[in-house]
Amino acid sequence: MADCNDTLRELEPFIDGEISDEARNHIHGHLGTCVDCQQAFEFHLELREAVRRKASNDELPASLVAKLEVCLRDDFDGDGTIGSGSGDTAPVG
Amino acid sequence: MEYTPQLYSAALRMTRNKADAEDLVQEAMLRGFRSFHTFTDGTNLRAWLFRILTNVYINNYRAKQRRPDETDLADIEDLYLYRRVGSFDTAVASLSAEDQFLDLFTDDEVKSALENLPDNFRLPVLLADVEGFAYREIADILDIPVGTVMSRLHRGRKAMQQALYAYAVDRGLVGAASDT
Repeated sequence: MADCNDTLRELEPFIDGEISDEARNHIHGHLGTCVDCQQAFEFHLELREAVRRKASNDELPASLVAKLEVCLRDDFDGDGTIGSGSGDTAPVG
Repeated sequence: MEYTPQLYSAALRMTRNKADAEDLVQEAMLRGFRSFHTFTDGTNLRAWLFRILTNVYINNYRAKQRRPDETDLADIEDLYLYRRVGSFDTAVASLSAEDQFLDLFTDDEVKSALENLPDNFRLPVLLADVEGFAYREIADILDIPVGTVMSRLHRGRKAMQQALYAYAVDRGLVGAASDT
């Protein structure tokens, strides 16, 4: 039971990918032997994925795209496109 | 401008209306264009843009909405929603796979559950759970310690789960015999 409590305490950092390899291995070891904890982890992994999917699917309005194109044309200083692409030197205008 | 759709979705979760979200993204992108020379090549462009977006939101919109800066949340038990899966109606709960179970919740319900969190919890949850930023990146974007990010995520997530459960109760998806 102590192992269940220790494992559940690490549930969020585990799902967030914010734990050490050692801790992750320990959790995987416990989940392999504990159906209850395994179910809890699977539920929260699915919940995370559902939240991400359902809260990030808004359609970009055409009006905003048009406004940003105007911004780019009128306000950008001509250094290149926004972005990190080296050698990507498409001039503005 | 590959990040524009993500920035717009996040702006909607922040401002909770389309007109303000458009203005927020436009203002953030404008600042991004103008200060692009301060962006360090090789660092995370997406995190840099979200930092600008978040700062513009906090400075321009949060004040306008007159919401208190630091709102607290009631203490909610851990694993709130998970512990209540069994209280859903049998027909509903028999959707054995978790991904199908979670599809009970509409996109609008998930969005509302997030948008109704107080700002100081909503922004960390948005940045972590929707945008996938690391604790350290969120701490930098919001200018708060990593430990604060973690505790706000923990409490904000539980409050979201509580809101989702309340939506399910409202829609009659939860069996009448359930306690809570």
